[in-house]
Amino acid sequence: MAIGVKVMKRPTQQTSYLRATLKGMALTFSHLLRPKVTMQYPEEKSSKDWTLSSRWRGTHRMLTDEQGRAKCVACGLCPQICPANCIKLVPGEDEEGNRYPLIYEIDEFRCIFCGYCQEVCPEEAIHVGVHYENSEYSRDRFVYDLERLSAQTHPVSTLWDPSDPKGE
Amino acid sequence: MTFPLIASAIKVFVVFNLIMVGVALLTLLERRVCAWMQDRLGPNRVGPQGLLQPAADGLKNFLKEETSPAMADKALFTLAPIISFVPALLTFGVIPFAAPLPTKWGLVPMVVADLPVGFLYILAISSLGVYGIVLAGWASNNKYALLGGLRASAQMISYEIALGMSTVAVILLAGNVTLSQVIAQQQQAHVWFIIPLSVAFVVFFISAFAETNRLPFDLPEAEGELIAGYHTEYSAMKFSMFYIAEYSNMVTASALMATLFFGGWDIPFTTWDSTGDPRVLKTLLTLLVFGAKTFVFLFTYIWVRWTLPRFRYDQLMALGWKVLLPLSLVYITLVAVAIWFIRVRLGWEYGTGMALVLGGLNLVLLIALVYWLDRGRIVSGSVQEEAA
Repeated sequence: MAIGVKVMKRPTQQTSYLRATLKGMALTFSHLLRPKVTMQYPEEKSSKDWTLSSRWRGTHRMLTDEQGRAKCVACGLCPQICPANCIKLVPGEDEEGNRYPLIYEIDEFRCIFCGYCQEVCPEEAIHVGVHYENSEYSRDRFVYDLERLSAQTHPVSTLWDPSDPKGE
Repeated sequence: MTFPLIASAIKVFVVFNLIMVGVALLTLLERRVCAWMQDRLGPNRVGPQGLLQPAADGLKNFLKEETSPAMADKALFTLAPIISFVPALLTFGVIPFAAPLPTKWGLVPMVVADLPVGFLYILAISSLGVYGIVLAGWASNNKYALLGGLRASAQMISYEIALGMSTVAVILLAGNVTLSQVIAQQQQAHVWFIIPLSVAFVVFFISAFAETNRLPFDLPEAEGELIAGYHTEYSAMKFSMFYIAEYSNMVTASALMATLFFGGWDIPFTTWDSTGDPRVLKTLLTLLVFGAKTFVFLFTYIWVRWTLPRFRYDQLMALGWKVLLPLSLVYITLVAVAIWFIRVRLGWEYGTGMALVLGGLNLVLLIALVYWLDRGRIVSGSVQEEAA
């Protein structure tokens, strides 16, 4: 032992390597027989112990009205508030003076999934989704256009509600 | 004349393949048992219950890039995996794994080579494996690899002595170094050597862990401190060879423990397997029993690996030189005296009576040993007593 190391006087049962070994062996063996915590992912996506939170902020979804048109009125609030600057919006106007998005694209690679776009949207059109399976074969497939955003079917996030912080 | 040759060739082929398949399944077993002990499931995707995982691993290793460090000693670098791989397989050759098989052309002993010097052969060959590790460490020209190789050689020297000493007791009692004779003796007395020589078994068991470089003695590899020790620089099939060597060493050590102390292929509580005419069924059943005994030790290897942390280097040396070596020397002396007394003075032959008397002696020694080891704090390191 190095000089100056203070060594405690401990009772044998605390310092015995032999007993510690046997105890450890018994512990690992008991774990061998316990139920396993692994979820078999592709088959099993939620279990009784774990489900994806309803506040989960995943890839976006644009809600549509009864005619199947996007609810978006191209007010420009979401590109304004977006901290990652990932929303591209070009507004247009039809004959009746209704604003609608000519181009509405979200770059999901740039997105930081803060959910501000959903919070700020006055029409409850753009939402972050409770969804996480996003693999694609190429990078440019991650720029979601309006058509694609409207076609998503996954549930939308409830976000965090300040009046109900525990989600009850 | 040609029959023994053909029989040997077939046995070599079968045993080689059995070990290879066994090693493959053992890697899977290790990963699954490890997972279970950590409350996970482990690899279960390739084939039913992951049974084809070893095949996938093997295929991956074949397809991987062979790297060779620029400053490595090319010849030794290539030779090292072979040197560690071959002895690991060679040792199994003298271990009898079943009752003799009757065939149309005569009785075939179920051992690849029933060498008269069987046990000495094992001691000689099994220690050759460390050359592979040391050479790998040296030839890689990498400081971590070299440290791993150095540690392997130091560890091997320290524990080889205790291992050899613990088996001297077996040889004293059996009066023979041929493994088939060792088994025959255990069968005749109806008592396995674990009873009359339990202390020797404890020493052998611990040394065997050190010899196979398994945790808690895996200092040559020591992922945490030496990256991967002696096989840091190895990739693809060369690395795989080390891996296979480690697991075949485990299989051999387990088979050896089963043979020396647990009656080899003897089926417990029956005399049916060792007396009477040899039958095919007998061969199969004894093979099964031998496999089961070996499996128990293999499982223990895995179990211990996922339980215990690695020894510190000084603890390793302390355990080897300060505990196991003196212990085995004292033990040999005591056992030799006891055997001499019983054989010469009392005139008994080896049988159940002698085994039980020796068993009583061993029980006393074992209790004393556990008491002393427990209180002696031999390997407790940081909680050493204050100097008076």
